[in-house]
Amino acid sequence: MTKVKSLADLKRMQEELQGKLKVRERATNPEGHVQVKVAMATCGIASGAKGVMEFMMEELDKRNIDAVITQTGCMGYCYAEPTIEVTIPGKEPVVFGYVDIRKADEIIEKYIKNGEYVDGIIPVNYESIDNK
Amino acid sequence: MHILVCGGTGCKSSLSDSIVENLRAELEHHNLEDEVQVIMTGCFGFCEQGPIVKMMPDNTFYVKVQPNDARELIKEHIVKGRKVTRLLYENPVSKESVPDSKHMGFYRKQIRVALRNCGFINPENIEEYIARDGYSAIAKVLGEMTPQQAIDIIKKSGLRGRGGGGFPTGLKWEITSKNQADQKYVVCNADEGDPGAFMDRSVLEGDPHSVVEAMAICGYCIGATKGLVYIRAEYPLAIERLKIAIEQARNYGLLGESILGTNFSFDISLRYGAGAFVCGEETALIHSMEGKRGEPTVKPPFPAESGYLGKPTVVNNVETYANVPVIFNKGAEWFASIGTEKSKGTKVFALAGKINNVGLIEVPMGTSLREVIFEIGGGIKNNKKFKAVQTGGPSGGCLTEKHLSTPIDYDNLIASGSMMGSGGMIVMDEDDCMVSVARYYLDFTVDESCGKCSPCRIGNMRLKEILDKIIVGNGTMEDIDRLRNLSAVIKDSSLCGLGQTAPNPVLSTLDNFMDEYIAHVKDKKCPAGRCKSLMKYEVIPENCVGCTACARNCPVNAISGERKQTHFIDTQICIKCGACIERCKFNAIVIN
Repeated sequence: MTKVKSLADLKRMQEELQGKLKVRERATNPEGHVQVKVAMATCGIASGAKGVMEFMMEELDKRNIDAVITQTGCMGYCYAEPTIEVTIPGKEPVVFGYVDIRKADEIIEKYIKNGEYVDGIIPVNYESIDNK
Repeated sequence: MHILVCGGTGCKSSLSDSIVENLRAELEHHNLEDEVQVIMTGCFGFCEQGPIVKMMPDNTFYVKVQPNDARELIKEHIVKGRKVTRLLYENPVSKESVPDSKHMGFYRKQIRVALRNCGFINPENIEEYIARDGYSAIAKVLGEMTPQQAIDIIKKSGLRGRGGGGFPTGLKWEITSKNQADQKYVVCNADEGDPGAFMDRSVLEGDPHSVVEAMAICGYCIGATKGLVYIRAEYPLAIERLKIAIEQARNYGLLGESILGTNFSFDISLRYGAGAFVCGEETALIHSMEGKRGEPTVKPPFPAESGYLGKPTVVNNVETYANVPVIFNKGAEWFASIGTEKSKGTKVFALAGKINNVGLIEVPMGTSLREVIFEIGGGIKNNKKFKAVQTGGPSGGCLTEKHLSTPIDYDNLIASGSMMGSGGMIVMDEDDCMVSVARYYLDFTVDESCGKCSPCRIGNMRLKEILDKIIVGNGTMEDIDRLRNLSAVIKDSSLCGLGQTAPNPVLSTLDNFMDEYIAHVKDKKCPAGRCKSLMKYEVIPENCVGCTACARNCPVNAISGERKQTHFIDTQICIKCGACIERCKFNAIVIN
């Protein structure tokens, strides 16, 4: 087992280990982070949503973006699966359709990092009862 | 994704171990064991609703989960991403389900300092503690501060002992550090004994490393290399987790020789208590650790001067230690900004009794009793009326409606005739008889008195006898005066805290519920209908049809009456067993 021999050892270890708890730290304050919801109903899963979700989890982590990734049920856009909803703190949620690994990569690079819109946005065609 | 399952004693006895097992099996079934981790944490505090399962990252809070629910949780929540509504907490007023603990009345007013890691990390994994800034406080202290500088920070934070007395912690450390000796000791008092209190147990079960780290810091401050935890043997899970924590800290070089490459060495060992209440008193605790009888001795000398094995010793309670690392990490000013003028920081309370949300809470000092009982505690069970709340355990007193707006801190509670104690809060409703409550606590102290000094050994026994007399209806008004006088004598002349505070429940009920005492003595009635001896079974003639069912079932033949005639209960013979009421189909028998 690792011996912590100095303050520097402890600091290094702390940094390494903090990543492991990020999931929990963020969960207590989801509004402060980028939130990605992957539609994972039968239609989504059948179109490969699970792969997209895994990709998002890994890549956002690798690219040092603090994000909360969760799955959700069917958003109703079954024709455009896999769909994901991305909420950047302080902005309205945006839904993207036909998200494969390449699209997911584009969304991270352009929309999540720089706020630039990319193709494939599904316009909001409903109102949720939360806003009423 | 992480699934957190409560592993406190309460939830464990409601089978949270099998919940973990089943969740893991279901994850394997769906090939998700690599993506989703199941972690057993310490207590979430909301014991009323246990076992609790929390889903991260979406922070869904499932309550009253059974092992069989694992399949549905994984299939619905994890695989399909749908919340399992039937396992969500239901707002008792609006009946809506609340998926997130942030929006529950129980959590909204709480600030978790001592419990910061409880229900968040796996207490058996030192790495999770380190990831939460664990052991940074000791690193900071050893690397940047002299012992006196560290003591000054604790002094500046205003931290006071959480075990009951409220003595300033920094001052205690300073006095001990100035006493010269070849060896000194750091002792953790984990002999939590108040009925209904489980704050310290939960801290040790949920975040044992915070106590280990704080004890090492204390050792550096006072110049001790040895720490001892006095823990009651009735806390097997806390003992196990503490042992694991100490072992892990040793392996990581955070306990033992030359901690973090400095020349400071410190190690901790455990001593088990056999569950004697008096051993929570520091001198009795020290004697018990030395292998002697757990009896208190007169102070001074204080342990700071002559404690364990005659050496200078700091004795602090578990919750006090749990606050120490945060003070160094976040600063004394931050800590001092929470709370009231003379009581800084937060306090953990164990809510019990006739309250909706039984559990463990942590609130800033200065929160009112009303907020604690009605907002966090969710009010009184079954919409009954609030009567009193007992704080401070057997040494404390009862507070009533008129105290509800009192901000809770050390000094206010004492001014109201109770005390902080270690943090037990037992709530009573209109059905509780306050004379019986006083007798209950006295029964406890009589049982737990070590017998060394006569005021406590004999005096409290006499108090109990007088209460017994009142409860059976033989009391006189002189008895009430006698209770007061005797209580004053016991308080003045007992040797230790146990005896000095034992009459408090009697005095505070006398002050606040004199009418109930008078009802017992003069009218021979128990207003709450609790005292069996004062109850009378009577027949309501209008309702009685003379079916003889009651008379046939009375085990002592106390009921007489002809068929189709009104019956009569002879109260001299009646043993108040209630068999007649059960048999009567016409509601013709009542208790007065």
